Amino acid sequence: MPRYAWLGGLVLAIVVVVGVILAVNFDTTKTLRIFIWEEYIDPEVFRLFEREFGARVIEDNYGSNEDMRAKLQAGGTVYDLVVPSDYMVVLLRKEDLLLPIDLSHIPNLQYLGARFRDPPYDPGHRYSVPYQWGITGIGYNKSQVMPPPTRWTDLFEPTRIELYKNRISMLNDMREVIAAALVAAGHSPESSDPQHLAQAQALLLRQKPFLAKYDSESFEDSLASGETVLAHGWSGEIAMAQAQNPDIAFVVPAEGTFVFVDNWAIPKGARQKELAEAFMNFVLRPEISAMIVNHARYASVNDAARAYIKPEILNGPSYAWPEDAKLWWLHDFSDAGRLYERVWLELKGR
Amino acid sequence: MARPLQGQQQGQMMHVRKGSLDSFIEPLLALNALLAYSFLYLPIAVLVLFSFSASRYASIWGGFSLEWYAKLFHNPDIFQALLNSLLIAAATTSIATVLGTLAAVGLERLPDRRRASHYDVALTLPILVPDIVQAIALLLFFVLVFNGLEYVLDWRPALGRTTVIIAHAVFAIAYVAVVVRARLSGMDERLEEAAMDLGANEWQVFQRITLPLIWPGVLSGGLLAFTLSLDEFVITFFTSGPGATTLPIQVWSMVKRGVTPEINALSTLMLLTSIALVTLSVVLQRRR
Amino acid sequence: MAIWCLLPPAAWLGLFAFLPLGIVMVISLTERGSPVAWELTLGNYARLADPLLLTIMGRSLWMACVTTVLCLVFGYPLAYFIVQRRMPARRWLYFLTVLPLWANSLVLTYAWMVVLRADGVVDQLARLAGWLGTHQSLNWLYTPGAVMMGLVYWYLPFMVYPIYSSLEKFDWRLVEAAQDLGATRVAAFFKVLLPLTWPGVLAGGLLVFIPALSNFVVPQFLGGAKAALIGNVIQERFLSQPQDWPLGSALALVIMLVISLAIWAYFKFAHEGEAIG
Repeated sequence: MPRYAWLGGLVLAIVVVVGVILAVNFDTTKTLRIFIWEEYIDPEVFRLFEREFGARVIEDNYGSNEDMRAKLQAGGTVYDLVVPSDYMVVLLRKEDLLLPIDLSHIPNLQYLGARFRDPPYDPGHRYSVPYQWGITGIGYNKSQVMPPPTRWTDLFEPTRIELYKNRISMLNDMREVIAAALVAAGHSPESSDPQHLAQAQALLLRQKPFLAKYDSESFEDSLASGETVLAHGWSGEIAMAQAQNPDIAFVVPAEGTFVFVDNWAIPKGARQKELAEAFMNFVLRPEISAMIVNHARYASVNDAARAYIKPEILNGPSYAWPEDAKLWWLHDFSDAGRLYERVWLELKGR
Repeated sequence: MARPLQGQQQGQMMHVRKGSLDSFIEPLLALNALLAYSFLYLPIAVLVLFSFSASRYASIWGGFSLEWYAKLFHNPDIFQALLNSLLIAAATTSIATVLGTLAAVGLERLPDRRRASHYDVALTLPILVPDIVQAIALLLFFVLVFNGLEYVLDWRPALGRTTVIIAHAVFAIAYVAVVVRARLSGMDERLEEAAMDLGANEWQVFQRITLPLIWPGVLSGGLLAFTLSLDEFVITFFTSGPGATTLPIQVWSMVKRGVTPEINALSTLMLLTSIALVTLSVVLQRRR
Repeated sequence: MAIWCLLPPAAWLGLFAFLPLGIVMVISLTERGSPVAWELTLGNYARLADPLLLTIMGRSLWMACVTTVLCLVFGYPLAYFIVQRRMPARRWLYFLTVLPLWANSLVLTYAWMVVLRADGVVDQLARLAGWLGTHQSLNWLYTPGAVMMGLVYWYLPFMVYPIYSSLEKFDWRLVEAAQDLGATRVAAFFKVLLPLTWPGVLAGGLLVFIPALSNFVVPQFLGGAKAALIGNVIQERFLSQPQDWPLGSALALVIMLVISLAIWAYFKFAHEGEAIG
């Protein structure tokens, strides 16, 4: 009997020691833990920040707002900064997952473009500081799609898309896809009228046989490589595709489209709140904002950064849109939620 | 003791008489094997080929280049992910090999055979439960536990390597147990009985007789656990935290922003490594 | 001694496998919230009676079954072929079968996309053979066929492994005896070999069927996210939009129920196989 106890004790000891060694983080320097979209910031920015502030920066990535939220909800993940989109800031606030920001630590907010000051999803910037933004639109291959698309209906009408069967992609995002269909049907993108949604669903089901795929992650690669010729996508990614393939163009649909802003926010449980605020301020320096834009090609919220951004980017999909483009914010809709889910499930389930 | 049996089996196989359909069956079998291996290795060939492509896109050939291998060595994220994967796999394998073998031995030696078969099913549960269900279950479990600990002790642990190891060990234990169990049930019980007749106690029997005989099973179970842990994505995804990014998760997030051929280069290297390891083990076995 | 041996693994599994499953059960009885509202309800199970969800479930079962059958049809002869070889070749062939498990399955799925996409490897070969014009495509990617193929690819090694183990331990003298009694080789296969390797076949079947049922990566990448399988539905409920942990938990438990039925069938048939042997 005692021998088995000895064995059991040894096993337990090994397990515990291994576990402790692997779990404990022996960090002595200040460490800033950032949870951000993949390839959404120039790593050089981290090096510059590390040098100037004598800290270490650790970056972890996620692929969607919802991935990130799930991790925060589970708790136990200790990040100092996350990058939620506009509607996600609202959701995270509702779930009490964010810390209020001390704006006195972020004087560079003065450089924000007018559109981003006091945003509707976070009045007064109490919980978030804007970072990058873009709009949804249609990317297409100039040399293959003629005449070029100009409106949402050009993406849904069979007569317009039958030539490009199996070479069209839509975003794999419930809100974006349904909003586009609603607008194409002539309604508000946030309508909760069942009749409007039924029309949107009809449009989507009619479009589906012509699609190659629903893809929010690599649609720009497919567009650039010629696998697709028409893509429902975001301005920043289409700008990247254009950099790879000059035949790629971007159009803001005439009926209007949707704007998104990604923001820095500090999750509850952050250990380095002041360092996080310092980072937010650092990123808003015009030269730093411009560095990020020149690297990642998304549009910055920093107006003063324009002076340092490469001209081809300023003339490209990230920035060059018609002055009078109609732009909507897409909110998260808890009331009409079930209706939208139904439409999405029907679309994917049939 | 195993070797003569093998030779005997081989000899016996060759004594199976050929029938009239055999000129038909043998080539079919060979053709099937050829098709199967071509199928299995087509994407691997593509993988290896594109690791040498100069184009950023893993779907367009851009001319021969070793740049991705060079970039790989300068990519700290991938190396961190690889390191995490290896650490987690090693820890998982250690825990699972010990606990899995214990479980197999315990079940085999349990006097009540009906109870044993019930526990058998329970033991294989982690293999049978889909990984997404296990992942969710563990996530929910950790959330609740963390909440509880925070409430009681005012200390909140974090999702990280430890939680991933715990999660991996769950299915790894089950796999190791199954493999060792198979090995145990093929073992001749009379050896143990003889040893006990000669006065050895249970522990000595285990140490001197059972363990050496099931050792190949333990090793192959451990190898299986290691391999599965390295490639495990879903469970890791739900239970990992900062600094615990593993290779599959790194690849997943890279797919979200465009896979570069660096991952192809890494995969090629990993394949070469495992080929090298197996060759090494074969050579070592021959020496013995 | 047996009890002492069983205690540590039982503790580990009890705490980290069974208890969490119990939690899933509890969550499936709650109302959705942020993320969960702690009110008990059976509503989630009622919503499972939805014809759309049933269609998706049915499609997933169908895919998993076909995948299993295909893996068996190609995997059993492959295992047999390997076992027939002489020793050094046999070990290498077996190793070649399991080597793909060492390459990251996500990367391999991506490689399949490269092979199947428009202007990809398959298209180029078809053009060379004259079956396709230069601007035409077979369009094999983003179809249910591609998903099926992807699933077979992922799980074929898992079918081969147990069957090979069974074949390796098989006593070939029984086949010889059957032939002495006048059976043809084919008859010997069906009357002797297959029934006695049945446990291997069933184990392989389970190892393929179960993960194939809940796989969400292959439908998303090779299927273009056009046809949701039950794995996608569950994954979306937890990690994507719309968030609905209780429904996701209920779905997960339903899958487990289906699998339990499959296992019950396994034990039933496994015992019959043993009775013959």
